[in-house]
Amino acid sequence: MIRTLKVLMTAATLGLSAVFAIAPAHAQLVIDVNKGNVQPLPIAITDFVSGDGMGAEISSIVTADLKRSGLFAPIGREAFIEKISNPDVAPRFQDWQVINAQAIVTGRVTKEGDGRLRAEFRLWDTFGNKQITGEQFFANPQNSRRVAHIIADAIYEALTGEKGYFDTRVVYIDESGSKAQRVKRLAIMDQDGANKRFLSDGRTIALTPRFSPTRQEITYMSYESGQPQVYLLQIETGQRELVGNFPGMTFAPRFSPDGQKVIMSLLRDDGNSNIFTMDLRSRNTMRLTNSNAIDTSPSYSPDGSKVVFTSDRGGQPQIYVMGADGSGASRISFGGGSYSTPVWSPRGDLIAFTKQTGGDFQIGVMRTDGSGERILSSGFQQEGPTWAPNGRVLMFFREGSGSGGPKLVSVDLTGRNEQQIPTANYASDPAWSPLLE
Amino acid sequence: MRRFAAITRNPVAVALVASLAIAGCANKKNNLPNSSSELGLNGGRGAGAATPGSSQDFTVNVGDRIFFDTDSSAIRADAQQTLSRQAQWLQQYSNYAITVEGHSDERGTREYNLALGARRAAAARDFLASRGVPANRIRTISYGKERPVAVCDDISCWSQNRRAVTVLNGAGS
Repeated sequence: MIRTLKVLMTAATLGLSAVFAIAPAHAQLVIDVNKGNVQPLPIAITDFVSGDGMGAEISSIVTADLKRSGLFAPIGREAFIEKISNPDVAPRFQDWQVINAQAIVTGRVTKEGDGRLRAEFRLWDTFGNKQITGEQFFANPQNSRRVAHIIADAIYEALTGEKGYFDTRVVYIDESGSKAQRVKRLAIMDQDGANKRFLSDGRTIALTPRFSPTRQEITYMSYESGQPQVYLLQIETGQRELVGNFPGMTFAPRFSPDGQKVIMSLLRDDGNSNIFTMDLRSRNTMRLTNSNAIDTSPSYSPDGSKVVFTSDRGGQPQIYVMGADGSGASRISFGGGSYSTPVWSPRGDLIAFTKQTGGDFQIGVMRTDGSGERILSSGFQQEGPTWAPNGRVLMFFREGSGSGGPKLVSVDLTGRNEQQIPTANYASDPAWSPLLE
Repeated sequence: MRRFAAITRNPVAVALVASLAIAGCANKKNNLPNSSSELGLNGGRGAGAATPGSSQDFTVNVGDRIFFDTDSSAIRADAQQTLSRQAQWLQQYSNYAITVEGHSDERGTREYNLALGARRAAAARDFLASRGVPANRIRTISYGKERPVAVCDDISCWSQNRRAVTVLNGAGS
């Protein structure tokens, strides 16, 4: 079922938040996501008031989002003392202090006369005895899950000061069948695994999908012409288009931050691979590297001025950074072992990578000059990190020894909060969308 | 797959190879071993039930694949023997076009392995061309680590998956 991205007709701030804005400098309820070891914040997410089950469904989605982030510890409903029947009035804060809820979420879901869903929520500071924020949204009823994710994002942002990442989708490769003859299909789902649908038929191998910054389009690699080549796909219409008219294999595509170009590898006749861009409007191509080596997995910095990529020009795969015109390539990975699949953080501050060392595959991050390497996850076989749009969480794919196939896993920048993403089949090559609009 | 390894160790002498080896010498590079000597043209077993010139003949009696060391696209000595036999067979049965498929093991990342498989296919293609197979009969494709033939979690499988496979396109007339 294709859904419109314009689900939110209006979003309005509910009153009372001004109180918070002028509040004196009490100890402010804030989660510092930069601390190495965050104690999850106890939060009470009450069932939204509604005439049907919709209110409970929305609050359960909000609860799951916040819990998975690792920054929140939602309190079980059985501990709640007060039953919220009118979310327009302040809760009895003392009832929530008793169960140590640092914050409370209340809300209401109603049907408008025109069939739209109206969802409103308020976030309360239990020990500060005040509302932190409140908003209401109108949406098409089939987008109720998105409304819940948007509310979770608003709560995350109010309490961390960082943008959330729950109202996002993931494109990935759905894998089924035996390992030697595995079917690899493009698929898309919400970041929590819901609303999955296929974007290709599986008759030929599809790999490495990546989102356009417009969110409407992906670029990926497919064997459908017989020769592996890079394509564009309009998600909603299903329209496909070959990127360029190159003589050999093209692979490892990504969009430029402005969405105007695709950067990718092109196989040379001598068996080496170099990095090119193609402007999607003018169709002009530009060569960025010209080495007798494998240069691949290019990823732009968010300002578009630099490109990080993998090259084995030094004898084994390592990470290099160059100017967006191909100038001044220099190696930044020096931690021992080989490095590949570098991806620049949307915040610009870090580069995520896959590292192979001592028979293990590791997912890690380093600063853009290669300093400050931190390993977030180690395992038998795991690779291909993608960033949540707020640059706080990575998703990648992992295959345990003898497990039969890969699954998607997320990990936050502390490395302490790992979560498997529920998918019916095996799954690989995740790519996180920007926040939806 | 073990079957192919056995053949590599005990190359089957195909009777007609002797004359073809001479043709193969035309493009032979000095740094490559002499094909007629390494082919073991000393009798050996027959071609079994495979019809000479059939794809079964190629697969069973010549050997359709070569193997690589980890992270390498260098053509090993055993692979040179196999490719030399392939080149001679392909010159005998010149109606075949071929596709060389390059593969990697799973111990690398997906995009790099696509590139590595392509480099292996190109290395095999170049060797075949150096032994007289016209380049315009050879197409290459990389499958990276997407099509393993051996499935397990140790080196016994990985070494079989690091391969280049010569596939005959259509039956010869």
